Amino acid sequence: MPRLHWEDFSPGQVTECGSRFITRAEIVAFAAEYDPQPAHLDEAAARATLFGGLVASGWHTCCVLMRMLSDDFLGDANFMGAPGVEEVKWLVPIRPGERINARATVLETRPSRSRPDIGFVKFRFELINAAEEPVMTLVVSPMFGRRAANAGRDRAPNTASRS
Amino acid sequence: MKFFEDIRVGEKSELGRHTFTAEDIKAFAARFDPQPFHLDEAAAARSHFGRLCASGWHTACVWMRLMIDYRRREDEQRRARGETVAQLGPSPGFRDLEWLKPVHVGDTISYATEVVEMRPLESRPGWGMIVVRNTGANQRGEAVISFVSSAFVERRERQSQAS
Repeated sequence: MPRLHWEDFSPGQVTECGSRFITRAEIVAFAAEYDPQPAHLDEAAARATLFGGLVASGWHTCCVLMRMLSDDFLGDANFMGAPGVEEVKWLVPIRPGERINARATVLETRPSRSRPDIGFVKFRFELINAAEEPVMTLVVSPMFGRRAANAGRDRAPNTASRS
Repeated sequence: MKFFEDIRVGEKSELGRHTFTAEDIKAFAARFDPQPFHLDEAAAARSHFGRLCASGWHTACVWMRLMIDYRRREDEQRRARGETVAQLGPSPGFRDLEWLKPVHVGDTISYATEVVEMRPLESRPGWGMIVVRNTGANQRGEAVISFVSSAFVERRERQSQAS
């Protein structure tokens, strides 16, 4: 049974969600597949762009954050995905060889009106570089299972198998 | 890419389509979004999704790829006609991303983009900002993704200053 449920989140909580080193190889590999623009693919071509050098795709940055959060706490939570993303700001480009940290702030929590077994948690996630600058902010309201509903569901099959 | 001066609010482009295979869905999820409902058919069957579905980030990243491929085809045609091609600049981010329906194995998503707003950039002479609404619909015509993103586009006056 997952450790974290909707009830475990409350507004104002701030959590550090891990750290990741971004390599040139992964920037280029992502770009070749999903965002083949010169700024993300090739150092010489990237120099001629507004970025002035090779930088990670913004979508890659979103995907890296998703992976960091999965490894940090979503894998241990009754996480049910998100219906969307309110806002993403790409503030500072990520360059090869940079280390980034992820930080989560809970902005609000609300139970689902239509489904008593789930609730929404609105987060602001930030990726922060070594210079302590936020490089990306992302506001999203994922769904989590509620503890009471989940405990009830987990018990049901055991009861059935015993009878 | 067209120059900023040649773009009009209301312009709509069909970007192309993509069919999501089980292999692609799982490979993307294993790298960036390792939730059971994106990785494994049996786990997905037990989840609220009912069957395997693509990561929402995967659905969004395919939009990015098809958008770049579309712009590249357009640029080739412009060069063949002897026209100058404008640079697509950085994007400050996106908002209001909605994953409206899950994307399941075998779904073919058709993507489109529409210009909804344009403004010159005071801070960066030679560049303008376009705001576009991006959408994806499945083979039944049901919307699966929608978001509003912005990007810098080169102005024609920047080219004439450079030459």
